[in-house]
Amino acid sequence: MSERAAVESPDKKTAQWTRKDLLSLEELTREEIEHILVTAESFKEVSAREVKKVPALRGKTIANLFFEPSTRTRTSFELAAKRLSADLVNFSSSGSSTSKGETLRDTAKNIEAMNVDTIVMRHSSSGSAEYLARSIRAGVVNAGDGIHEHPTQGLLDIFTIRERKGTLAGVRVCLVGDILHSRVARSNIWGLKKLGAHVTVCGPPTLIPPHIEKLGVEVCYDLNKAVESQDVLNILRIQLERQKGAFFPSIREYAAEYGITRDQLRRAKPDVIVMHPGPINRGVELSSDVADGPNSVILDQVTNGVAVRMAVLYLTTLVER
Amino acid sequence: MKTLLKNGRLIDPKNGIDAKRDVLIEEGRIKRVGDTLTDKADTVIDASGKVVCPGLIDMHVHLRQPGYEYKETIETGLRAAAKGGVTAVCPMPNTMPVADRRSDMEFMIGEARRLELINLWPVGAVTLKQEGQELTEFGELRKGGAVALSDDGRPIVDSNIMRRALEYAKKFDMAILAHCQDEGLFCGGCMNEGLVSTRLGLQGIPAEAESVEVARDIQLADLTGGRLHFCHISSRKSLDLIREAKARGSKVTAETCPHYFHLTDEAVLRYNTYAKMNPPLRTAEDVAAVKKAVADGTIDVIATDHAPHAEGEKDAEFDKAPFGIIGLETSLALTLGLVREGVLTLTGLVRMMSQKPAEILKMDRGHLSEGAAADVTVFDPELDWVYEKDKIVSKSKNSPFLGWRLKGRATDVWVAGRCVLRNGELVKHG
Repeated sequence: MSERAAVESPDKKTAQWTRKDLLSLEELTREEIEHILVTAESFKEVSAREVKKVPALRGKTIANLFFEPSTRTRTSFELAAKRLSADLVNFSSSGSSTSKGETLRDTAKNIEAMNVDTIVMRHSSSGSAEYLARSIRAGVVNAGDGIHEHPTQGLLDIFTIRERKGTLAGVRVCLVGDILHSRVARSNIWGLKKLGAHVTVCGPPTLIPPHIEKLGVEVCYDLNKAVESQDVLNILRIQLERQKGAFFPSIREYAAEYGITRDQLRRAKPDVIVMHPGPINRGVELSSDVADGPNSVILDQVTNGVAVRMAVLYLTTLVER
Repeated sequence: MKTLLKNGRLIDPKNGIDAKRDVLIEEGRIKRVGDTLTDKADTVIDASGKVVCPGLIDMHVHLRQPGYEYKETIETGLRAAAKGGVTAVCPMPNTMPVADRRSDMEFMIGEARRLELINLWPVGAVTLKQEGQELTEFGELRKGGAVALSDDGRPIVDSNIMRRALEYAKKFDMAILAHCQDEGLFCGGCMNEGLVSTRLGLQGIPAEAESVEVARDIQLADLTGGRLHFCHISSRKSLDLIREAKARGSKVTAETCPHYFHLTDEAVLRYNTYAKMNPPLRTAEDVAAVKKAVADGTIDVIATDHAPHAEGEKDAEFDKAPFGIIGLETSLALTLGLVREGVLTLTGLVRMMSQKPAEILKMDRGHLSEGAAADVTVFDPELDWVYEKDKIVSKSKNSPFLGWRLKGRATDVWVAGRCVLRNGELVKHG
């Protein structure tokens, strides 16, 4: 089966989904990623309807367990669950017993005891999603674990690129910014590589993780060079507190060296698309005219995020356990 | 009370013996060693097919008492050691409170005497509360029974404090056991920095966090003439520095632990907290370098850094789990692996696990000369066994070697002529 055919006409009868958890894109096969993308396509239409609801997960319970602040991702999962007719409960770390010293395992066990089918978790520790999945019977969807992975963000980025470019094979994608501390970067790299894209990472040398080239990506420190040949620029959020870790001297210099501006875009292909997982530091990693300009697909990412999360919740929650 | 060990293969590197010999133990001492002894004895033990050697000494363990008795106690730790064929352990002072006073030494030794298991030779802290600021009273610690000094678990950041410690310790002829870690480069990391840390999204600790400090401490040892011993060396770069220093005549010694020659950082994959220790497991290149250093004498000692932690502490998010693994019951078998690989001879093993530690600690052990204290280990180098969690003697079970098929095990142990392990089982006293 050619790459293209695999994406566009999957044999739905043979494509079996067997995972109760989505922990990373590293562990998924290309076929599994494609299976999610195709499922997401069919769900995207639901959100455009007058009545935005299908009964796919009626009677199922999903818990959002967010130990780090998040509005966008939590809301996106919440809408995805509700549009699938699942019942959804939100736990957040402030106000939960974790602030009283309860362990992650105990918190999860308590939620599980209420017969929750799937837990969507964001947590500051890398590997916490995998740890949770090992500890409980309920399904676990990783909504970001430390600096490890953010698989649904990777999937929605890939979905958006494919929507715009028709394929991932041979598409040139450059991830710009803080690669070292980015779970979005890791999920993008694994997913994009599996689907045949060419990946470059560009950022200050201090924010490029050691041995990243062994994952099959190109490393470039010079944004001017990096933007030239790309089809996609995926701009990562720079966390302002990294300045304290001596990763770069000032926000001002970071913006000067790695900020994407209209001038930068002139070097790029005219049909380059600009992505950002949000929230944007306007005027730092991305200028407003680019964020709001014709090359930006940032709001498409947000829209597609709901469809991709519907697909992920649908597939994982219905797996027998 | 006389015990006669017959037909064993006696390995006593200090006396240059590797031959079939009988050993007679009487009144806590080695009475006689000979080709064929026919003395009458209360107990005669047939050690055919087994190795008889001076009792193993593990100069780097954590017994957790006082303060962390839920992880290990002096009793459970000494029992685990005896089970592993060890006749003396050196507990590090990072207890709670920190063992930085003479009375702390006396407490630990008193407990061990009461228990009548194996020898406990305590290590006193170099600085008060291991805070790296003020020196402890080395002389008092020595009088209390301390055999060495260390702030293990924490580096001595201030180079001048390290310098003074090395200098002042000369008066008492004590070694400083250095935990080498550059705090800046360590930077709150939780595993080796490399491809695996990149994949897992875990904060890495570069090998240089160790080697930079090794380089400093070699310079300070040369400057002061003090005795410096490097704890748990894990990286090629550190070993290159130590090899070079020894060739120049520096008075330094070094130890490593079995996990550094059996495992790489890939053991951390799946966020395995049982593969989390400090210094961290490193790369295949480092494992090869550790083996080479064991073979060429750059490394003097194999110790365990036995670091018990309760199950609930290791059952956690990787970055929140504590560093450390247990090792007392597996170190002999894992080191025998090096003998089978051809890295080390049996004589070399006994030298690194008994003779050298005794020399560094200035204890008259590590040999079975006539008249020596009868601390004796007998092990079967061919015995197959599986390291199973429910058979562990230590109070904690945190080991990356759980479920491993191992070869070689201590069968009998005497401490000052008193039998503490017989046919692989701990002997009950009293």
